[in-house]
Amino acid sequence: MQDFEYLMPTNLDQAIGLLKKYENKAALIAGGTDVMVKIGKTRKAPDVLISLRRLSALRYIKKNGGYHIGALTTHRMLEQSTLVQSELSALHDAASQVGSVQIRNVGTLGGNICNAAPSADTAGPLLVLDATAVLEGPLGRRRVPLKEFFTGTYRTVRKPDEVLVEMEIPEDLGRYGSAYWKHTRRKAMELPLIGIAVALKLSQDNSQILDSRIALTVAAPTPIRAYPAEDFLKGKVIADDVLKEAGRIASSADCCTIRTSLRCEAWYREEIVRVFVPRMAKLAAERVKNR
Amino acid sequence: MKKVSVCFTLNGDSVTAEVPVTWSLLKTLREYFELTGAKEGCGVGECGCCTVIVDGDAVNSCLYPIPEIEGRSVVTVEGIAGKEGTLHPLQKAFLENNAVQCGFCTSGMIMSAKALLDKNPDPAEEDIRTSLSGNFCRCTGYVQIIEAVRRVAKGNT
Ligand SMILES: Cc1cc2nc3c(=O)[nH]c(=O)nc-3n(C[C@H](O)[C@H](O)[C@H](O)COP(=O)(O)OP(=O)(O)OC[C@H]3O[C@@H](n4cnc5c(N)ncnc54)[C@H](O)[C@@H]3O)c2cc1C
Ligand code: FES
Ligand code: FES
Repeated sequence: MQDFEYLMPTNLDQAIGLLKKYENKAALIAGGTDVMVKIGKTRKAPDVLISLRRLSALRYIKKNGGYHIGALTTHRMLEQSTLVQSELSALHDAASQVGSVQIRNVGTLGGNICNAAPSADTAGPLLVLDATAVLEGPLGRRRVPLKEFFTGTYRTVRKPDEVLVEMEIPEDLGRYGSAYWKHTRRKAMELPLIGIAVALKLSQDNSQILDSRIALTVAAPTPIRAYPAEDFLKGKVIADDVLKEAGRIASSADCCTIRTSLRCEAWYREEIVRVFVPRMAKLAAERVKNR
Repeated sequence: MKKVSVCFTLNGDSVTAEVPVTWSLLKTLREYFELTGAKEGCGVGECGCCTVIVDGDAVNSCLYPIPEIEGRSVVTVEGIAGKEGTLHPLQKAFLENNAVQCGFCTSGMIMSAKALLDKNPDPAEEDIRTSLSGNFCRCTGYVQIIEAVRRVAKGNT
């Protein structure tokens, strides 16, 4: 195993200072469930690991002028939050299915997003909740809408000296409902073969779709929004054939670049998108009514 | 090789260890403290054989960087029996329900179950299944394990 130094700052300023000091020699570690696996597999490590684990000030789920979720919030905290369950349901669906209890106890939301795997479970839900990433570096804070955050597989707009501080979700989710489907063969301990997140905003009488957002994971090199399918739904009266058509559009080449991989063939992934976009839309609509 | 010195609580005792900074909690437990209850099955968080309890939560000790343990409290399977060697109710229930075959997964199963029962003494079967979903057993077929945990939850061991 390659030697490294392990630093444990206790606040954000210290962490950013260390990132600046060690520049490209350092990497951040939060829960370590991606970082430690990578180091173990490659036997290679950065010279310096800067741990965010003691930044307890970045572990929170708050609602005030929107929702704010600290980057160090664990999947387990999201799973056990009744606020997340009732108001950010798709995120709750996703966080409570990451790995195992042991992984959820340490794995963080920030790590899931910054690692930027095409299969990251929380990415789709955060995309349909229209989340914004708040980054902080030596030059201050900046906000990047999550839909502009992923630049490639395992790549993001985050600069090497920036820390993801929190995810912001805009307020006014009153008429929105959301849902996430993680398609797997087993019930636990598996990455999604395909991930489907849907958020719908319904009219007061629940009949009309006022706004719609659809996100797909493992359907392209990065988590993506399926804009043509979203546009098709906007303004429509909710009905089976309408949702079915949205599923067809979402699974087409207009929205995604689904591929065959070792884990799954492309045609099957397309079928799952086609079938589960309508189902998740229905569940999201159900959840608007039940709120 | 760079070393790190950590002070923490291990099964109720204050301990100090000086080990290479690259070591995991699992490696430290097994090779420094010679507590071999936690096992290495996969080393990458998949199998749960290395499960221990840190500050009340079940974690995979194979993925836990040793510097992070500073100031925390760790409980391993060696720390759950009574002082005179009386078995913990979960240990007894595993024996009595034939929930152990080769035994490689057992300490991890028991620690995951203990973390659950410490927080929720009366879990539904679904909660038990969820809590054990990160623990693989290649021998028993799981049914006896879940049954053993359920017996302890109900208090009729
Ligand atoms: C057995 C197992 C099962 C898993 N199952 C799933 C699953 O079902 N679904 C899923 O999506 N993932 C899964 N994962 C992957 C992983 O657990 C998640 O991606 C987790 O959320 C990562 O969080 P972490 O805190 O452990 O990240 P770390 O490993 O600490 O970090 C991941 C990356 O993000 C960077 N980073 C972390 N925090 C910040 C921050 N605040 N600012 C800037 N950069 C940061 C790190 O530098 C690193 O590049 C699994 C992993 C394992 C080992
Ligand atoms: S050895 Fe830690 S999970 Fe397998
Ligand atoms: S008893 Fe052999 S792996 Fe579980």
